[in-house]
Amino acid sequence: MDYLKAFVVGGIICVIGQILMDKTKLTPAHVLVLFVTSGVILTAIGIYEPIVNFGGAGATVPLPGFGYSLGKGVIEAVKEEGLLGAFTGGIKATAGGVAAATFFGYIMAVIFDPKTK
Amino acid sequence: MKNINQKDYEKYVNSKAPKPTLLKNCIWAFIVGGLICVFGQFITNFVMDYGLDKKEAATATPITLIFLSALLTGLGLYDKIGKKAGAGSIVPITGFANAIVAPAMEFKREGFVLGVAAKMFIVAGPVLVYGIGSSVIVGIIYLLLKA
Repeated sequence: MDYLKAFVVGGIICVIGQILMDKTKLTPAHVLVLFVTSGVILTAIGIYEPIVNFGGAGATVPLPGFGYSLGKGVIEAVKEEGLLGAFTGGIKATAGGVAAATFFGYIMAVIFDPKTK
Repeated sequence: MKNINQKDYEKYVNSKAPKPTLLKNCIWAFIVGGLICVFGQFITNFVMDYGLDKKEAATATPITLIFLSALLTGLGLYDKIGKKAGAGSIVPITGFANAIVAPAMEFKREGFVLGVAAKMFIVAGPVLVYGIGSSVIVGIIYLLLKA
């Protein structure tokens, strides 16, 4: 059942991105920025958490889920450490993903060459 | 044709450009994006079976997806999926990794510092700037509301 929920929720989030790309002049980069920021804000106002509870990976794997981790991490850190937490919480919560993206991204880019089309 | 203004020209171009079929694109985005999330759910369930708690699984899952996507991008396979999937392959975290590897490979001839390392963040940079930036703002607002 959690697979079906992940499929539907993740699919819907991607369709929203597709509509934005087709119907507006937003580039993929703009859509990603918009989605991350929306994820942070929706988490802050308490809307994204229920979507994560329902959709699981369907809500956490798309980019708004990255924003969710940032937003959730910062709020938890502020509760514990106050102002310092506002600066450490977001990156702490997403450190694994950011480090993996930097590390694996670099390695793969060095090993492989672009395929000629 | 000489006196055509920019607005008319834009209209003319738009009328001639092939219309992307929105519905078809959306179906592809839904299926591919959904499947990537199902795979993410599978990884989450898998590592939790191996004793990781919820928080650890929430870190292990993106790391795994990012690794696989970076590898598939290097092999030239991810972009093949992306051609049809559109946002379905861009919006998941795998698209974030793809957006790191693809330009980094492309600009390798400009060197390992200003080529690979700098161009990695052509898309990822803005995502981090706005993501982390907004999280700091949210943290400060939360702090002020709590006080």
